[in-house]
Amino acid sequence: MNAVHCHQIEKSFGTGETQVKVLRGVDFTAERGEMTFLVGPSGCGKTTLISIIAGLLGSDSGKVSLFGESLAELSARDQILFRRRHLGFVFQQYNLLPSLTAAENAAVPLLAAGMNRKAAVKKASDLLGVLGVGHRADAAPRLLSGGQQQRVALARALVHEPRLIICDEPTAALDHKSGESVMELLSSSAVHPDRAVVVVTHDNRVFHFAHRIAHMDDGIITHTETNTASTPSH
Amino acid sequence: MIFVAFRMLIGDRAKYIGLLFAVAFSTFLLQNQSSIFSNLMKRAGNQIRDVTDADVWVMAPKTDYFDQTKPLQETDLLKVRGVPGVDFAVRIFKGLPIANTRSGHFAACSVLGLDDTTLVGAPRNMIQGDWRDLWKPNSVIIDKAGYLLLFPGEELRLGRELELNDKLVRVVGISDALPAFTTFPLIHARYSEALTFQGRQRQQLSFVVARPRSDVTPEELANRIERETGLKAMTTSRFQWASVSYYLKNTGIPVNFGITVVVSIIVGLVVTGQTFYLFILENLKQFGALKAIGVTNGVMLMMVLFQSLLVWFIGVGFGTALSATFFNISPFVIQLRHFILFWESAVGVAAFMLLVIGLASSAGLIRVIRLQPAEVFR
Repeated sequence: MNAVHCHQIEKSFGTGETQVKVLRGVDFTAERGEMTFLVGPSGCGKTTLISIIAGLLGSDSGKVSLFGESLAELSARDQILFRRRHLGFVFQQYNLLPSLTAAENAAVPLLAAGMNRKAAVKKASDLLGVLGVGHRADAAPRLLSGGQQQRVALARALVHEPRLIICDEPTAALDHKSGESVMELLSSSAVHPDRAVVVVTHDNRVFHFAHRIAHMDDGIITHTETNTASTPSH
Repeated sequence: MIFVAFRMLIGDRAKYIGLLFAVAFSTFLLQNQSSIFSNLMKRAGNQIRDVTDADVWVMAPKTDYFDQTKPLQETDLLKVRGVPGVDFAVRIFKGLPIANTRSGHFAACSVLGLDDTTLVGAPRNMIQGDWRDLWKPNSVIIDKAGYLLLFPGEELRLGRELELNDKLVRVVGISDALPAFTTFPLIHARYSEALTFQGRQRQQLSFVVARPRSDVTPEELANRIERETGLKAMTTSRFQWASVSYYLKNTGIPVNFGITVVVSIIVGLVVTGQTFYLFILENLKQFGALKAIGVTNGVMLMMVLFQSLLVWFIGVGFGTALSATFFNISPFVIQLRHFILFWESAVGVAAFMLLVIGLASSAGLIRVIRLQPAEVFR
């Protein structure tokens, strides 16, 4: 069973003459235990596709299933609960809450799931330690470097042990060294036999981390290549 | 997630304090202005309220309020006394003579002449002296504000002399009478002496005050007096409200205060509402991230509700504390004596602020609920 399976996904924005067809029948899969990159030029529909995969956006037609479960068949509330339980996100701009500490930020998915605050922050702090920013657990995001903020965001994506991690341009706001470092961490800590990682990027300097690269252009997946020389992750 | 909501709220100290200040000062402004207005209007009926011995006031027909009197005939007193249900009825004279001091200060004074035998209507709250000393010849009681006006900068002391219409009288008491709407010193004297304080008219009896027997209500007695004497009779409470109502209708005070209160409401709405609304909008990206992570709209609602209730509670608390402090200090200013913070004003303004914050947070919440979590990818 694929971790992510998209079949003939179509999506348009706007109506009438202003309608723009962003996805034109996308077929996409991501396997467990792999890091799948979704690459392509700006405006080709990458972000729209991962939004649909994550259940943040509905598609006009086609079918999305995550670990064999069709999101469209779930109620709106169950979709949210599914997302909370099984998905982790890493955003381009980190989207950390500025008023929380690094550890508290990383603990948000656990808090949202109803875990006791102390236990949640403790678990998040431990994970920050694993990711090499344990010493900054009590720091506010504004006091962290870009690389450190992205590690905190990575901890937030991993802390509740989701089965699918979706990363949107995780290295776009980082210099090359920090980007490499974050990708190494993502590769070593996120890739897991029962977990899939989907990374949207156009940073070709980090392509070597991918197990599989899906190339997208003008709303369709043009081809997918398997990267046999991917950096070992586990 | 309440913890996250709390930290989001206090995270930006400057905005948080600004938000609290907006709520606190709007609260203070509204409570302060509405209470001062109410206190000022209440003064129009204070002299009536101060006559605690009587329940029914009898006056010439067409009398509108306390400060407007047309003398009654002495026989009217007897007519009132003859109405069934009257326990007692006594006369009151109200005049506005000029009082002079030895040092040359003078002021128009509101004089209440009380029944010589019973002293019904004598001030009961005395700062110095005893109201029973009015039975002594050539004696008056003056209120504290009036004393300070006629004897500026001098300590309160009994035995001082006043001259009214060439008649020398001695201050035997200083009262803490409720302040009247006008700023005139308030002098209490016996009826027979008060008549001599100003030029004599053919009729001098301003009011008859009466008390009903225990089996008759004041309203019932007032109706009977009107029916049987043809005079106008009102209960103390009704007469107070009639006086307040006169000033409300015939002065620009309600308009002035009304404008201030309306402006305060608008300022409260705009500043508080907009500040809170902007606070939510500025956090929209964060709310979007939380939605993407899997926080439900119900939890978002709870978070915004918690934030708004906390801001309301602390802001209104501060504002009310400021108002309470103001009205605790105000008695030290003689012009503001007996001004209080009305609980109706405190509660009403608190409810209004809750409505304002509720509206602002609802407007913000609609944005949060409608927010597409996919926006965080853009």
